[in-house]
Amino acid sequence: MRNITTIAKRELGSYFTSPVAYVFLVIFLLLTGFFTFTAGQFFERGEASLSAFFGWHPWLYLVLVPAVGMRLWAEERRAGTIELLLTMPITPWEAIAGKFLASWIFLGIALTLTFPVVITANVLGSPDNGMVFAGYVGSLFLAGAYLAVTCLTSAMTRNQVVALILSVVACLFLILAGFNPVTDLMVRWASPAFIDTVAAFSVVTHFDGFQKGVIDGRDLAYFLSVIGFALFATSIVLRNR
Amino acid sequence: MRPRKAIQFMIKIENLVKAFGAKRAVDGISFNVERGEVVGFLGPNGSGKSTTMRMITGYYAPDSGRVSVGGHDVVESPLATKRLIGYLPENAAAYSDMTVQGFLDFAAELRGLSGSAKRNAVARAVDRCFLASVLHQCIDTLSKGYRHRTCLAQALIHEPEVLVLDEPTDGLDPNQKHEVRNLIKELGRSKAVVFSTHILEEVDASCTRAIIIDRGRIVAQGTPDELGRPLDEVFRRLTVPDTAAK
Repeated sequence: MRNITTIAKRELGSYFTSPVAYVFLVIFLLLTGFFTFTAGQFFERGEASLSAFFGWHPWLYLVLVPAVGMRLWAEERRAGTIELLLTMPITPWEAIAGKFLASWIFLGIALTLTFPVVITANVLGSPDNGMVFAGYVGSLFLAGAYLAVTCLTSAMTRNQVVALILSVVACLFLILAGFNPVTDLMVRWASPAFIDTVAAFSVVTHFDGFQKGVIDGRDLAYFLSVIGFALFATSIVLRNR
Repeated sequence: MRPRKAIQFMIKIENLVKAFGAKRAVDGISFNVERGEVVGFLGPNGSGKSTTMRMITGYYAPDSGRVSVGGHDVVESPLATKRLIGYLPENAAAYSDMTVQGFLDFAAELRGLSGSAKRNAVARAVDRCFLASVLHQCIDTLSKGYRHRTCLAQALIHEPEVLVLDEPTDGLDPNQKHEVRNLIKELGRSKAVVFSTHILEEVDASCTRAIIIDRGRIVAQGTPDELGRPLDEVFRRLTVPDTAAK
């Protein structure tokens, strides 16, 4: 546990000693603002809810989360520091968990900084704050799932751009499997059971519940298993370096 | 005088093999290193020096053969062996966004040191590697010599019993080379040291024993005197230049 903390601390520190953290935070907040208030028509909806805010998250994270996670292992491989890290008296799991947690905490910080949206909704009306909370929990797990996928692609290459592209494609699949326009296309040739099975793999299907204010154990289990599976695959990739 | 008891080898390597694709980078290497020895690992570029060292430190798993460090098998109990080893990887990799102080603190913490033990360990390593003047500088702003010594300090921080140094003098100026060689010699009195090099004068300067490897096999070993003089002629006779037709 101590090793995980040490690694997470270093990793988190390196976001803030480089411009990455600040550039990311500014862009993330600008984009959430734009999508919520302009594209999401927050005011025109005339309802005190954050659906205009959370609805965009699967798409917003699609590029932004891989951008945060792409360096985790790719940079270690490029700089050769992976050799230093993995010959320290720590288990590979501690390194994987430490790095993942650092980036997840960073994304959590970014998400926390969107609090003005909540305040705005509370000033203008009286939203169901339990629903808002559930939305935040879901959003954090959504980010975690994307991040774990990015860890995996980052471990596969020493090139951050390759890691970025691979994880965007993988995460796009996780969205599209349950995205209505796509599932509607499948209706013509696939059985409903098949479509449901495919959709069950999608982050959108499982994120929906949180947006409606329901923290369902099954949805949590889904996100946790995506994270667990991707990190497990990361450990296999690292072992076969 | 070393006490004359049954010698327990700090590093014991038996029949080590590692292949990358069709190429056998290390092809049946065996040797032992005891405490108080400085073994120079000589060979042309690409002869398998780094690969062997990476197997000692547990970064690569061997295809076959065994490595044990301090009596523990590196594959079966990696944590126990990694604790005993201080490792300077090739090209002295270090986190370039950290300061020297931050990096050494990080290394000390991963080595299980904290509080005043950590502060003392860092201070000692800084002293030994002459890093006091760059302590708060970012590693990517350091000259190659300082960067190298920072990484060396990391390897020494927990007073390891076994030191594995991959080209410790690569890229240093003559003064720095001299310092590092003396440091290796001094450390070799109480530890088991393996370092790789392709500079022959280094063997004379700091080794108690040299092992010459070529294309993954040991072609000669012994004290510098046993190997014969001049060393560079011996080296050229025993190894195949990488420009030669395969």
